[in-house]
Amino acid sequence: MTAAEDPARLRYLEETRLRRARSAVLDFIRRRPLGVAGAVVIVVMVFAAVFADVVAPYGPQEGTFSGLPEPPSLQHLLGTDAFGRDVFSRLLYGSRTALLVGFSSSLVGSTLGLILGVVGSYFGGKTDEIIERFMDVLISFPLVVIAIAVIAALGPGTTNVIAAITLPVIPRVARVVRSSGLAVVRMPYIEAARSVGVRAPRIMFRHMVPNVFAPYLIMLTAFLGQAVLLEATLSYLGLGVVEPEPAWGNMLRGQGMQFLDQAPWLAIAPGVAISLAVFGFNLFGDSLRDALDPRLRAA
Amino acid sequence: MFPKRVGLTLVALLLASACAPSGTPAGASPTAAGEKPQSGGELLYIVTAEPPTFDAHQSTTFATLQPISPHYSLLYKLDPADNVSKIIPDVADGMPTVSTDKLTWTIKLRQDVTFQDGQQMTAEDVVATYNKIINPPQGVTSPRKGVYAPVASVEATDKFTVTFKLKYATGSFLASLASPWNYIYSAAKLKQDPKWYEKNVDGTGPFTFVEYQKGSYWAGKKNPSYFGKDKNGTKLPYLDSYKAFFITDPNRQTAAIQSKQAMIEFRGFTPQQRDQLQRALGNDLAVQESPWVCVNYITFNTKKKPFDDARVRRALTLAIDRWSGGDALSKQTIVKDVGGLMRPKGPFAMSDADLQKIPGFYKDNAKAVDEAKKLLADAGVSNLTFNFLNRNVTTPYEPVAVFAINEWKKIGVTATHQVKETAAYLADLRAGNYDVGLDFNCDYFDEPDLQLAKFYSASGLGKGLNLAGYDDPKLDQMIDAQSRETDPAKRKQLVWDIERYAMGEQAYQVPVLWWYRIIPYLKIVRGYVIGSNHYTTMDMANIWLAKQ
Repeated sequence: MTAAEDPARLRYLEETRLRRARSAVLDFIRRRPLGVAGAVVIVVMVFAAVFADVVAPYGPQEGTFSGLPEPPSLQHLLGTDAFGRDVFSRLLYGSRTALLVGFSSSLVGSTLGLILGVVGSYFGGKTDEIIERFMDVLISFPLVVIAIAVIAALGPGTTNVIAAITLPVIPRVARVVRSSGLAVVRMPYIEAARSVGVRAPRIMFRHMVPNVFAPYLIMLTAFLGQAVLLEATLSYLGLGVVEPEPAWGNMLRGQGMQFLDQAPWLAIAPGVAISLAVFGFNLFGDSLRDALDPRLRAA
Repeated sequence: MFPKRVGLTLVALLLASACAPSGTPAGASPTAAGEKPQSGGELLYIVTAEPPTFDAHQSTTFATLQPISPHYSLLYKLDPADNVSKIIPDVADGMPTVSTDKLTWTIKLRQDVTFQDGQQMTAEDVVATYNKIINPPQGVTSPRKGVYAPVASVEATDKFTVTFKLKYATGSFLASLASPWNYIYSAAKLKQDPKWYEKNVDGTGPFTFVEYQKGSYWAGKKNPSYFGKDKNGTKLPYLDSYKAFFITDPNRQTAAIQSKQAMIEFRGFTPQQRDQLQRALGNDLAVQESPWVCVNYITFNTKKKPFDDARVRRALTLAIDRWSGGDALSKQTIVKDVGGLMRPKGPFAMSDADLQKIPGFYKDNAKAVDEAKKLLADAGVSNLTFNFLNRNVTTPYEPVAVFAINEWKKIGVTATHQVKETAAYLADLRAGNYDVGLDFNCDYFDEPDLQLAKFYSASGLGKGLNLAGYDDPKLDQMIDAQSRETDPAKRKQLVWDIERYAMGEQAYQVPVLWWYRIIPYLKIVRGYVIGSNHYTTMDMANIWLAKQ
């Protein structure tokens, strides 16, 4: 039996890993109160999205059709819209859309960016040139312009919104991951792996990816907030999720704007929700970056 | 500190909103009795879209008529003091002389009409204009060509006389001659280039062209050689000039009137815009409201299953409680009245009692829902799901679609709202690439020939208009029969038979709710009567500004 197979040693290593993780979390909570506040917002949002069916007092499309919005009351905490639908319930269900679009697009976009960044930095040469020039093209357009172009081509709807937001995330993550990858690819352990004949995919995904995971994670959380905002922007412009599906952007759009004067709660509720969500993701992302970046850790 | 301030602001906003008085429409006489029109001034108005072409013959949008009509005249037009049904001569010198068989219409023209390039208008110009509309040359479109199907020929019998010969007598021909789309063009210009008017302006109207700043405004000034005079013999127009601002965003439209940078918008505002302006402007604001010859149709793609089955179409129209929908939607958007294929309260409207006997118009919604469920079960599609195609325009399309989707839920039908940009939406509707769509129809006149044109067979006279895609020779015959009936009372009965068959029995294309027009404007604007549409009396000849 080798030392690596010794159960006592394995248990010790596992306990050490857990202790370190617990210590890192406690350290994060102690040193990054703003990050914790962001995390709390995210947790509340996730809770609302997952348990909307239980927490929401009404269905997202359920209502007594009266034609005029009702102000906040005990029956309707945030009032109703002109279709008699409960704004609070639509807000809770809308968090599903925000999180679905936010998580899906930033996860898929960041992961594709991670893959392209690692592949480019590992192979270098023409492969890197081709990937980078393609990324240059994509990055030369503002986030929202590419998203609108994609929606114009594919049409509105949740799936297309996810695709529209995913695309502009890819080059931004790829660029950051590539720069980290260029440093990693020169490390002796990569040289060592190459010299013993380990194949490129294994080197990239077994040895490089874990070492560029911190910037990936930071970008992922940073883009979560942006993706939520972009989804709201597209829905507000009528290019995203369409009525009667609940989404914060389309709640702001039609009746939110139409009744701004007479029923401001219709615009205030989704507006505050969007701001809080983006604020939460940004606070958490920033704190995570500070915690994971050795240069900023001391600060 | 910051959250507290935000909280107080929110509370203040809520309180302000709760305390704000709710707006009520204030009727305002366009020109009070005994009031003498005053000359001078510049009319500033809003047009909510840009003209895709300057050529009204080819256009189908108000965005062409509202800024450009002041440069042109028509053969006949709606009386600006009525703007619903009274037709008066424009460049015609009196009403037409009609032969006893009603097949020959002779029209004398005024001899004092000149184009803005100084050329005198003659019968040749009127003939060239109508020939372009009825038989458009290669490469020129004419969307209303079908309306002139009864016309056999248009001829200039002398320099100032035009004769229309018809293939059959029709009750709608005078209305067709008063179409606001039929600007009188110069025969010489059309001969030179039939597309000249797409990008140029030369008419005989009350105003000459000054400039067009794309995306910003269209401007015109008084035409000193305009022939028109008011009933007191005062030369028209009263205004020195006008400027039409292109403002697409509803909030900016309201802000423009609220800040008095614009005086009026002629298409129509929502009740919220009206209320906001009333609160802000008080007595400086006048409001006119009227039923509108515009309606949203639910159009079923009859070439697709299960919408080829009349039972399914009938079930879907039955589920919609239009009466309560009209009450509720009228508080938030520009729809209100329940009606059939002809404008409610208009001259061809069916009585409410008769309308309520047609499926989809029952007052007893519970009975309608039961009947609809049974029809769906009989057709074997109890849990029907489909895409509901709509255009990316909020007012009134979005609330009307949400309303219909909610109503269909009552009978176990799930419709997915599929919203597309206008061009893509129209392309899909025309190509039959949809399940069920929200269509619309707007006209300038209460005239069955106009309102029923889209009910002709898709491969016949309804080509391009009938988006449901059906061919129904029986319905074609019914529409033809009412068109040829010259006795108004008999014609009404024939129109109502069509409504019972097309909406109730077949339910090919069913109206949801008719639109309701609300025009809030600065009280200094006088001489405009709302009428029933947003196309006619747009030459601005009779509008004047009261001195403040």
